[in-house]
Amino acid sequence: MANKKKKLMQGNMACVEGAIYSGMQFFAGYPITPSTEIAEGCSRELPKIGGRFIQMEDEIGSIAAVIGASIAGMKSFTATSGPGYSLMQENLGYAFITETPLVVINVQRGGPSTGLPTKVSQSDTMQARWGPHGDYAAIAVAPSTVQECHTETVRAFNLSERFRTPVTILLDEVIGHSRGVISLPEKGELEVYNRVKPTASPEEVLPFEMTPNLVSPMAGYGEGYRFHVTGLTHDVHGFSTNRSDEIFPKLDKLHNKILNYRDEISKLRIENMDDAEVAFISYGSVSRAALQATAIAREAGVKVGCIQLYTIWPFPEKELRQICANCSKVIVGELNMGQIIHEIERVLPGDIEIHAKQRYDGEIMTPMQLLEKLEEVL
Amino acid sequence: MATVTKQKSDVVLDYLRPGKKFPSVWCPGCGNGIVMGALIRAIDKLGWDRDNIAMVSGIGCSSRLPIYLDVHTLHSTHGRALPFATGIKFAKPGMKVIVVTGDGDALAIGGNHFIHACRRNIDITAILINNNIYGMTGGQGSPTTPAEKISTTTPFGNVEKQFDPCQLAIGAGASYVARTTVYHTPHMEKMLLAALEHKGFSLVEAVSNCHTYFGRLNRQGDAVAMLNLFKENSVMKGKASKMTDEELKGKWVLGTLHEHEATEFCDEYQKLVDAQMSKRG
Repeated sequence: MANKKKKLMQGNMACVEGAIYSGMQFFAGYPITPSTEIAEGCSRELPKIGGRFIQMEDEIGSIAAVIGASIAGMKSFTATSGPGYSLMQENLGYAFITETPLVVINVQRGGPSTGLPTKVSQSDTMQARWGPHGDYAAIAVAPSTVQECHTETVRAFNLSERFRTPVTILLDEVIGHSRGVISLPEKGELEVYNRVKPTASPEEVLPFEMTPNLVSPMAGYGEGYRFHVTGLTHDVHGFSTNRSDEIFPKLDKLHNKILNYRDEISKLRIENMDDAEVAFISYGSVSRAALQATAIAREAGVKVGCIQLYTIWPFPEKELRQICANCSKVIVGELNMGQIIHEIERVLPGDIEIHAKQRYDGEIMTPMQLLEKLEEVL
Repeated sequence: MATVTKQKSDVVLDYLRPGKKFPSVWCPGCGNGIVMGALIRAIDKLGWDRDNIAMVSGIGCSSRLPIYLDVHTLHSTHGRALPFATGIKFAKPGMKVIVVTGDGDALAIGGNHFIHACRRNIDITAILINNNIYGMTGGQGSPTTPAEKISTTTPFGNVEKQFDPCQLAIGAGASYVARTTVYHTPHMEKMLLAALEHKGFSLVEAVSNCHTYFGRLNRQGDAVAMLNLFKENSVMKGKASKMTDEELKGKWVLGTLHEHEATEFCDEYQKLVDAQMSKRG
């Protein structure tokens, strides 16, 4: 570990490093606080590795260019914040139905509307699941440290390539803007997954065929497989359909290619849960406060544990039920007026008390606030 | 003559997608098929490898055109064909990228992308089929519906003014701009050929007939009557330059309206990449 490359950097920049580590070659974006450093970082770094950076005229164009580049065969991503994420939703839906791998980083700020551009928030948690209209399953991940900005970005790219789907990284402003020392992994240290390409002859390949794992091999444009891509609900050939016997399988595929593989996607950090009677459940920057609050309370002899969600969507319901099986109470900490808490209320058995500690004034959650809540519920 | 006709239709058939069902979604007599035929013949003349062609469209009647062609095709979201195409072209600059769009798609919902694609001078050819109305949704007014004309959302006459797509493109920096109509098919083929060969952003406005809505609501008659309107009210650029504004009122000026040499976006970016990479060694 001694000769490992250590660097002081910002969370947003660690995302850029993680994307480059993943083999990303294309970024299209539009400036917006607090995500802009990701665009700036890409404009500096991508030319050096033969990649491509383009500042588009708006966020709608940005996500469109990213989808185009991904279909042309390049690992591609964009970064934005609340208002820009809202503008991207229609084309994100296009990426879901066309099964186009890409990554969107949403460095969350307060809302609605222009809201609190420079302040922290976690109020896009539900939008990351339900943003675009229509039916689909979504994947979203949330780092809580500068190092995790790197590892979760690599994981997000892997999940997008593995499942042929857009993946959202939910940062919050504090994580995007905090600086820390990180170890940059060597090549080969972290797994990097590349989309499966077709191997059969072009005459035999169906661009949206039903494979056993429901992920169709994906050729890039210009690689010998001429195919059609449309946002209309389509059959295995990629052509639009109004037939029930083709619509059901397509929408089921969008769901099941992800939901059948939850175990591959779920990722949680579990601390002090073996004998815990109370558990903090959180994600993103709140998890840093929860870890510290847990350590302080443990020193005082309170049987409390801490669960951090790295995978937000699909919601890790099975894992959470198991981990919390022996708890009597949980405290859900969020920087919003209550979003993921609804999922927790849905999945935990009725005899577990669920308490909320919410903050939505654009300030960070402190360990003291969580400890006060703990004291209140005990 | 018979032999020539046969060869021409053979070329078109050769480029149609095997297995794609016909008839098309278009109304009988629609000008979109004429544009498709001219585009195929222009591509065939260039002898491009069809595996190296990406055709991108948005939403609307015109945007259904790429679906029938045996090239890489992307039927995107309303108004967004140009940024999707920008992503493809920038990722694979060696590909020939063609956008097919309409007056509503390119100039209303996609207006911002349209002017910025012109400004960037990215090497994409956009064919804007202008039928002065939203056909697919049933005849609503568009940014090119002329003043006083009737549509289902301007039932008492349009009180707005219309965009001239060519002037807009020239003003925004497009390096090749031409206008043609679906009556002038050999001319259309010539304009498309010039646009496809041009390095940089090129726009061809193809004035077309929506007799189903625009023609019917404005008492311009059937497809043939509308084609005759295009014939009677079009003036080639050379002749138009000798006419007064008063004489040109209500006329379509056809031909290459603008052409200039300018650096192309992907080329310029590649120079930047080469410089940065050689610095690194």
